[in-house]
Amino acid sequence: MENNVKRKKKKTSAADMAFIIFNSLFMILFVAITLYPVLNTLAISFNDGTDALRGGIYLWPRKFTLKNYTTVLQKNNLITGAYITVARTVIGTASALIVNAILAFIVSQKRFLFRRQLSLFWVVTMYVNGGLIPNFLLLKGLHLTNSFWVYVIPGMVSAFNMLVIRTYMNGLPESLVESAQLDGAGYTTIFLKIVSPLCKPVYATVALFVAVGQWNSWFDAMLYNRMSEQYTTLQYELMKLLSSVTNQGASAESMKNAVGAVTPTSVRAAATIITMLPIICIYPFLQKYFVTGLTLGGVKE
Amino acid sequence: MSAKAKKRKENTSAEPKVKITVKELKRQKVLLFWSAIIVIYGFIFYYLPLGGWVMAFQNYKPAKGLLHSEFVGLDKFKRLFSDETFLRVIRNTLAMGIINLVATFVMAILFAILLNEIRQRRTKKVIQTVSYLPHFLSWIIVTGILHDVLSGTGIVNEVLMNLHLIDKSIDFFAHPSYFWPIVAFANVWKETGWNAIIYLSAITAIDPSLYEAAAIDGAGRMKKILHVTLPGIKPTIIILLLMNVGNVLNAGFEIQYLLGNGLVQSVSQTIDIYVLKWGISQGDYSIGTAAGIFKSIVSIILIVIANQIAKRNGEERLY
Repeated sequence: MENNVKRKKKKTSAADMAFIIFNSLFMILFVAITLYPVLNTLAISFNDGTDALRGGIYLWPRKFTLKNYTTVLQKNNLITGAYITVARTVIGTASALIVNAILAFIVSQKRFLFRRQLSLFWVVTMYVNGGLIPNFLLLKGLHLTNSFWVYVIPGMVSAFNMLVIRTYMNGLPESLVESAQLDGAGYTTIFLKIVSPLCKPVYATVALFVAVGQWNSWFDAMLYNRMSEQYTTLQYELMKLLSSVTNQGASAESMKNAVGAVTPTSVRAAATIITMLPIICIYPFLQKYFVTGLTLGGVKE
Repeated sequence: MSAKAKKRKENTSAEPKVKITVKELKRQKVLLFWSAIIVIYGFIFYYLPLGGWVMAFQNYKPAKGLLHSEFVGLDKFKRLFSDETFLRVIRNTLAMGIINLVATFVMAILFAILLNEIRQRRTKKVIQTVSYLPHFLSWIIVTGILHDVLSGTGIVNEVLMNLHLIDKSIDFFAHPSYFWPIVAFANVWKETGWNAIIYLSAITAIDPSLYEAAAIDGAGRMKKILHVTLPGIKPTIIILLLMNVGNVLNAGFEIQYLLGNGLVQSVSQTIDIYVLKWGISQGDYSIGTAAGIFKSIVSIILIVIANQIAKRNGEERLY
């Protein structure tokens, strides 16, 4: 064994050397391609708008300014969007987590009479759904359109998240629940006092999945709340900025007329950075949670 | 509890046969209460819309409602399949779905294997953290970034010009031939790191003695990858591939909607966009619903086929 290790250490064959070089180049290129667009947007967001039109800004602003950010922060609809986005992320995540956890707990109870039927009822929804138009008409009929609750109520239960939590609960030692039952604890107590505290990691995973989805979603705002500006979201406002940029085309002429030192492009860059900042700051610390979640579900979404 | 009783309980706990009795119902009333609420919720928001499928067989008029609209049988479907736009839309959806599936799969596997070969733990960790980043960005942000990168003054055009591969900047969003590759690239950029998570965890589960044995046989890095790593993650690859086949038709909405424009719409429009356009914007609910039903049915057929294949290969079933 020792001999072996020595031999491996001593010599790297030419083929292995070539492999290591290729691999390093691949990884450098990968990291560069992943990070460059984000860093470039960051640089543009701090650069003078009209100056940026000349191009040639890569990783560092050429003519530094905070104007883009102050412009963004003065746009009322972006502020509204930010409030709504935070609200839907917090409320939507909390309610989805609670409901999915309750459902997973029920389905994980081996003695529960309708366990199989309840599971099946939800698993079917993973594969079959009414589609865009029937859903639209339903929500309209329920007066959920032009309201904040359309972000929270319709997608609350997700069979995928339920299955992830259930798999985790099934892995808990059964004796814990049994001894609590012998002590006379009811299901509510078992759920709140025994199972849930042990499920914190998987709850964190699911909360992360739901929160990212809430934060990033824009289509529901466009489809259901187009007419109600008070319920606009950050991503939807960003989308409007994006289309205002692309509609004017890249023609520098039209943008040179832009007032002051800001252009739609530079404002959009600033809004993009503001929108992605919270997630970028948080996700590196939650890595172990989403890695567990993905492996538990065995599915990706 | 006596040891014997405990043992009996453990034996039965795998699949206990609990009879529906009044006593048992009473004991489980909390569970029954909550599941009833959740089922009612699910019925309204997940099953009731299926009733809307009736619209596809009607000349649905919102004023008349579902019950009084005129039935037209399969007319709407006939119109759908004689519409050249719809046929093109099916082609686009399938083409982009398959291209994206293959591209993201190959890249995720390649990335996972190569990352696993990085020996420095810190470097590996940093690269992996970076690789997740794009997954957390919305498609709005990603399309915005794509516009910057591919614009006339963007980095791609500049690099190509400096390499003298082109002498005039390319307007990437104006040519239909660039659209599918751009969509595929965006998907790869966004999801490679995220999709690699599962492969990386499958690689860690490979028995290290296999690598040692390969090393003794004189296998280099490449040989080890080909003969140990790849076979080791083959089951994971197959199951994920099958699982994603059912999603091929779902792969096309956000980015195509956000990136599409009049110049490329012949290749950018997908079934979902068609539904949105006809159903919501033009108000023809019937034709939109019919297109949606077509998509659902094809997806379900694909899932069933994939599941059969998985079963035949002795893989775990998908559902």
